[in-house]
Amino acid sequence: MPIELLQQAAANNEWLAITPELMLGLTALLLLVLELILPKAKHGLIPVAAIVIQVVIAVSLALNFNTAFSGTDTVFNGLLRLSADGQFLRLFFLVCSIFVCLLGTVSLAKQRMPRVEFYHLVLVITAAMMLLAQSNHFVMFFVALETVTVGFYILVSYFRESPLSLEAGLKYLVMGALSSSLLLFGIVLLYGVAGNRGLPGGSADSMNFDQLRGFLEANPGNFLASVGIVLVLAGVAFKIGAVPFQIWIPDVYQGAPTPVTAFLAVASKAAGFAVLLILTQRVFTPYQNLVIPVLAVMAGATILFGNLAALTQHNVKRLIGLSGISHAGYLMIGVIAAYREPLAVGAIWFYLSAYLLASFAVFGVMAHVAGSNDADQELDHYANLAKEQPFLAAILAIGLGSLAGIPPLAGFMGKLLIFVAAFKAGLYPLLAIAVGGVVISIYYYFGWIKAAFFPSSLPSGGEPAPVATRVCTPVAGWVRVALIVLAVSSVLLGFYPGAFGQWVLAH
Amino acid sequence: MPRVFSDFVMNFHFDPLLLAIATPLAVAVAILLGLPKRHSIKLAYVGFGVPAIIALWAWMNFPADAGAKYAFFTRYSTGLDSFGITLALGLNGVALPLFVLAGLVGLAAGLYAIQSNAERLKIYLMLLLFMQGGLMGVFASVDVFFFYFFHELALIPTFIMVGIWGGRDRNYAAMKMTIYLTAGAMLSLIGLIAIYVKSGHSGQTFDLIMLREALAAEPIGATTQKHIFGLLMFGFGILVSLWPFHTWAPLGYGAAPSSAAMLHAGVLKKFGLYGLIQVALPLLPEGAKDWARLLAYLALGNVLVVGLIAIAQRDLKQMLGYSSVMHMGYAFLGIACFSVLGVGGVVLLMVAHGLSVALLFLLATSIHQRTHTLDMTQMGGLAQKTPVLAAFFVAATLAGIGLPGFANFWGELTIFVALWHFSPWMTVAAVAGVVISAIYGLRSVAAVFFGPPTEALDKVTAAHPPADLSWREKIPALILLAALLFVGFWPKSLSTPLNSTLAASFRMLDAPRLTAGR
Repeated sequence: MPIELLQQAAANNEWLAITPELMLGLTALLLLVLELILPKAKHGLIPVAAIVIQVVIAVSLALNFNTAFSGTDTVFNGLLRLSADGQFLRLFFLVCSIFVCLLGTVSLAKQRMPRVEFYHLVLVITAAMMLLAQSNHFVMFFVALETVTVGFYILVSYFRESPLSLEAGLKYLVMGALSSSLLLFGIVLLYGVAGNRGLPGGSADSMNFDQLRGFLEANPGNFLASVGIVLVLAGVAFKIGAVPFQIWIPDVYQGAPTPVTAFLAVASKAAGFAVLLILTQRVFTPYQNLVIPVLAVMAGATILFGNLAALTQHNVKRLIGLSGISHAGYLMIGVIAAYREPLAVGAIWFYLSAYLLASFAVFGVMAHVAGSNDADQELDHYANLAKEQPFLAAILAIGLGSLAGIPPLAGFMGKLLIFVAAFKAGLYPLLAIAVGGVVISIYYYFGWIKAAFFPSSLPSGGEPAPVATRVCTPVAGWVRVALIVLAVSSVLLGFYPGAFGQWVLAH
Repeated sequence: MPRVFSDFVMNFHFDPLLLAIATPLAVAVAILLGLPKRHSIKLAYVGFGVPAIIALWAWMNFPADAGAKYAFFTRYSTGLDSFGITLALGLNGVALPLFVLAGLVGLAAGLYAIQSNAERLKIYLMLLLFMQGGLMGVFASVDVFFFYFFHELALIPTFIMVGIWGGRDRNYAAMKMTIYLTAGAMLSLIGLIAIYVKSGHSGQTFDLIMLREALAAEPIGATTQKHIFGLLMFGFGILVSLWPFHTWAPLGYGAAPSSAAMLHAGVLKKFGLYGLIQVALPLLPEGAKDWARLLAYLALGNVLVVGLIAIAQRDLKQMLGYSSVMHMGYAFLGIACFSVLGVGGVVLLMVAHGLSVALLFLLATSIHQRTHTLDMTQMGGLAQKTPVLAAFFVAATLAGIGLPGFANFWGELTIFVALWHFSPWMTVAAVAGVVISAIYGLRSVAAVFFGPPTEALDKVTAAHPPADLSWREKIPALILLAALLFVGFWPKSLSTPLNSTLAASFRMLDAPRLTAGR
């Protein structure tokens, strides 16, 4: 961007439009400064500072929900597009980040690791995700996406003394690089073909989403553009973990530190869907005939693979990773339905919110049950949880119930909205697959609840099963409050979505 | 949020139906939050008592000429109003009998649970109270979304109770029940969504009253109706243990703790039949006619095949489970008739069966406590030691067979009469089912209570001399038996409101009217 444009941006006060991102970046730097100036005994304050500042940002963002983008549409010469969806996603990622930091305080305490950089990276990634969800230009898009991905390379292998964490980091690096290169190749193809002035609609700024769409509208069925679109979709599919690009998920989820797994599972997946929605609904719309079949096949396969693969898992991190794949599949149905049914976009936001609440509740429990070896979290470790830690067991049950989509929990409402949207859009085969998937998923979610709640020994005279009991970390006051908030909102959203429900339906 | 709260305070008025749903739920939440055990039990009496009292109150105050209207109707906003979801509560003549059933069986199950001294009694009561709240909600909901919602709310505690307090094979039983019932619930959910989506182009809604109006003005196309009814028939059918999807039921009831079995077999299972009657038949009449034949054949499978399996059982609770599956066959037959008479008979049978099967499960557990076995070949001669228990069991068995004087008689009789108009040979086959149920019922009475005691039983009774039913067991049993006899001798108390609603808002059904008890 030339210097005049920056001056113009400053003159128009456009920097104000990205205040939350700037604040997050500054906070990230502040944390490093705090590490230098605070005495070592007081380093415990650093995560507190990170969380408090983020809560402040989140509250002010929520209060300015509608004012931030009134009157303006695109800023920074078309790099960013401000919208209600963008505002929602900013809040979404901030909430994720707050919970990840909270989980970090639980999990990092079990390791001998530098603590500050973790929070620093989480904040930077969050800021990048916010920009990604509002991007309107492939340059912005790719830079933000790479910032997120590179941050995750470090976070995934953060427990550098654990071989599994390092392995996960390497796998994520290799797979991430592959997906980035596919994505970049697709972008370049699109850039090249749309930049061809000889074709109708060819444009000098062909990475701009609006210009690109104009070109695609003028050139239906262009072969190079089609290849580019498929490659870009493949790159995004890596991020959301859709079949056939899901291969990295189990190993990376298992090896990564629990808070990072949560961050990947919720925020990274949501970012992927934000991007997918922008691309499919705003940019690639003229190529529906290509995009819909590709997504439909992927969605069906994703649901079946995720649910079937999760059936046999005993490691809870792998299990939640694979079940997360199936959630990606349900969400993809929403993305396809969004072509014909405006309700679907609201349904996706609702589903993601329910998924956030439920997932962080489950990950919160996992972080407490995990021992010093973070990758070793088996279903057996949950035996007797209901007896010894009834609080954690109750949170776990609510979280898993919501993920399984059982009323009266929020996950059910999310699935209902997606299913209604899919039905209205006439996606009957996908709907049938989704219903089958939900029934299968009951088996493993319920198996987890069973492991935590049901006595495994026989009532009379039977041999009591050997139980690998594990001493849970005591639940700190703040974390307890956060877990209660998650559980209560999971229940409340399930039958009284109130103002949030109205906002979702207003789409 | 503040606005919502002030709205609530400003518009507050006494709403008995909401109170019947909220009281058990509130008590359950209080126990969940850590109420001490002593107070938990006291409050549990309130949690089970209030719905029962309100149910009886609603029964007495139900307007005789309600017709198509819902009595005690109220509506609350949920934030999803524009999506067509509101919390609408009310009772019509079809819902009233089941609402009363839920209140009474809930009270009996609750009282029996309180006296049972189960391990971790507090949590047990909490789950039962959640279930009770859900049950009252199912039958008081006018909104299809909440109808489904409350069903699931009641269903989840069932799984947990089977898994924790269950008997033999509880883990397997809990898992199997969960998967089967989730599959059924999901199928019916898709069916309900289909109705919602097809309910007119202007404003789609889950509200049953508006759905009826919208679909009466602009019915769904015949082919679509057929597809949707198929989804609902199999979805609800799995939930009600339609043959051949019934295998979860005997296993689950065999393993379930008594109060959970009473509430599930007695009340919750009727959700599917109730849904077929209240939602599927009036909204999808064309679809129902297309499926009637197949439904009737499957229902005969329930009556004959499962009936014969019930005869072969040695385990008392398994036998009760199979007999409960078998009786659902009559209910499906009544629905397949597609007549006012048949549907009215089904509603009466649901109430009667709910009361009698709950009573039988209660007594089976009391027998188990005295004999320490459920194997009927290991019992015998118990009547000499526990004559009151024997009397109750004989009465409940006779009610189950459908002896005149018990409510079951009216239900089965009307269904048979309606069935004759539908298919005479099926009526003959169904009546043969009564003989089957007489065989296994009376055989179980003979095996448990009469004849010489077996050696194994002698050993047990020598170690623990069996006492007769205590008052704390008698009271819940008496509640159920009294209700059975009351409806048996005065079916008009239920059939009048039922008839009034069926005549007014089920005009699509065929002609013969309900005449039982006139």
